[in-house]
Amino acid sequence: MCTTCGCASGETRIEGEELASAHTHEHIHADGTRHSHPHDHLHAHGHGSDHEHHHPDHGAMPAHGHPHAEGGWHDHADTTHTRPGAATLHYGAGPARAHAPGLSQARMVQIEQDILAKNAAYAAANRSRLAAAAVLALNLVSSPGSGKTTLLVRTLEALKAELPLAVIEGDQETAFDAERIRATGVPALQINTGKGCHLDAHMVGHALDKLPLPEGGVLFIENVGNLVCPAAFDLGEAAKVAILSVTEGADKPLKYPDMFHAAQLMLINKVDLLPYVQFDVEAAIAYARRVNPELEVLTLSASTGEGFAAWLAWLRQRLADVKATRIRQLEAELAKLKGA
Amino acid sequence: MHEMALAEGVLQLVEDTARREGARRVQTVVLEIGALASVEVEALRFCFAAVTRDSLAAGAALEIQTVPGAGWCLPCGKRVPMRELHGACPNCGSYQVQPTAGTEMRVKEIAIE
Repeated sequence: MCTTCGCASGETRIEGEELASAHTHEHIHADGTRHSHPHDHLHAHGHGSDHEHHHPDHGAMPAHGHPHAEGGWHDHADTTHTRPGAATLHYGAGPARAHAPGLSQARMVQIEQDILAKNAAYAAANRSRLAAAAVLALNLVSSPGSGKTTLLVRTLEALKAELPLAVIEGDQETAFDAERIRATGVPALQINTGKGCHLDAHMVGHALDKLPLPEGGVLFIENVGNLVCPAAFDLGEAAKVAILSVTEGADKPLKYPDMFHAAQLMLINKVDLLPYVQFDVEAAIAYARRVNPELEVLTLSASTGEGFAAWLAWLRQRLADVKATRIRQLEAELAKLKGA
Repeated sequence: MHEMALAEGVLQLVEDTARREGARRVQTVVLEIGALASVEVEALRFCFAAVTRDSLAAGAALEIQTVPGAGWCLPCGKRVPMRELHGACPNCGSYQVQPTAGTEMRVKEIAIE
């Protein structure tokens, strides 16, 4: 899925490089060769004569050189190559193979699929990849300015001698956050979403290709600061951790319920500022549990380190669970192999 | 929220299906959107028109079927209507209501020619 929240795609960048389009596009040549490329790929084919060229992916695009919705341009330099069926040719390419030219009767086709099905499929792939490496992946979500990055830096400093760690940073622009993380010595990868308001599972999948996986350790995914959209996009994480700081309103869990509903843990950050602000911790917790009765809550300060012991203990426990699950799986596989 | 990303998701499903079926054009797209799905239907219509331009679904009519919200209230032990996600039970006022319908976001079917 392209999740660029503006119309244009090609906005997403991982460490400054453009992210290839989600959809690849495949050609099968008559000799059986198959090649595929992303939609934003710019190319011109020069074909020998009598070269047959199927476009299974193109549906009813009638013209030969055609712009793709993504802005790519696909040009076939040779006009002699044949496509089965000329102008109405793609009609017969459907499973029925019976669409008569000229008879353009509309028909209904059932789809019955979730709109976010593609994202869900990418998320499932990420999840199994992370599980296979016994990585605890956490999706950190909050408003901008809640102190996510400061919290992350302090957490990494506390754990880096003990566990393999890695960070994926999501922001609309700049690599400032990834640079702050790398200064701790932990590998970090910056995803810039351009106009996009959230990370999606496809972007994270690409990031996993580029980042050394912290096997048996923790991967922190710092989402774009936004309490709305990231709630709906599963990245393949083990849990969403929502951060609410005491400089925000205690009623935020009710104003942005989807996020607090999707989270498993809420961290109330900046508690060192409680004497100076009007923030009712008990009310914030009650509101959050109204939308999510199972929500776990910890209070801490990323600048003083208050409450950090409990947060680190939570992380270690979750990681132990992830490892235990992986060990059980591997043991089951081993037992199966030995028995076979 | 994120209606543009949803519209892109709809277009992908629609185009995949339309191409597979060898369609020349998509006439109508039928969606099923739950009342509790946090989707702004008007924003989705606007985004759909924007993302389908220059696609097989350009100019297609967008039909949105709304699914009313419902949930299971734990204290009442029965199914109750829900008007908002995370809202209170209309009978007892409790917030322990598990949504059972109305969170759908699905592409139901398309009319192609």
